[in-house]
Amino acid sequence: MDSFGSDFSSGSSSGKIDSGTIMEQVKVQIAVANAQELLQRMTDKCFKKCIGKPGSTLDNSEQKCIAMCMDRYMDAWNTVSRAYNSRLQRERARI
Amino acid sequence: MADFSSSFDMPSAGSSENAEAAELQRLIAVEQQKAQFQAQVHNFTDVCWDKCMDKPSSKLDSRTETCLVSCVERFIDTTLTITNRFTQMVQKGAH
Repeated sequence: MDSFGSDFSSGSSSGKIDSGTIMEQVKVQIAVANAQELLQRMTDKCFKKCIGKPGSTLDNSEQKCIAMCMDRYMDAWNTVSRAYNSRLQRERARI
Repeated sequence: MADFSSSFDMPSAGSSENAEAAELQRLIAVEQQKAQFQAQVHNFTDVCWDKCMDKPSSKLDSRTETCLVSCVERFIDTTLTITNRFTQMVQKGAH
């Protein structure tokens, strides 16, 4: 994974920190890393589910399976995200 | 996953710049927390996909959805159980 590196030097000669630009960079880098993680895991799962004995190309059924698998993986991800969020809120309410 | 921790020493500056730096650190800490949540969702989805998904279909049926939610809850319960019991074992002097 890419390292979380950011250039914290400001472009202005006064040396003041440009918080807005830095936060934009932070958010973009995190979003990119998140998307990379999603794709990597999705590829792993869908390859396992959809490709049996690897042939010389991806045939039509394999293509369709991959497309469905991607949609289901994202549905699963959203379901898990909601479930985890609920659990966290429940635990916080107990404290 | 990338290590999203960042610490940086601010040179001693005027108090307004220190306040800005502190605010920036706080904002970054918020984004880090969000990133940690996302990372956990990736982990849970990975594990629970294997437990709950059969053949990819055209939508996520309610049985699978229930399984995913239960999977997240039970995984967290398992983590807590292991943490608590391990703590007890360590306190009793077990290896």
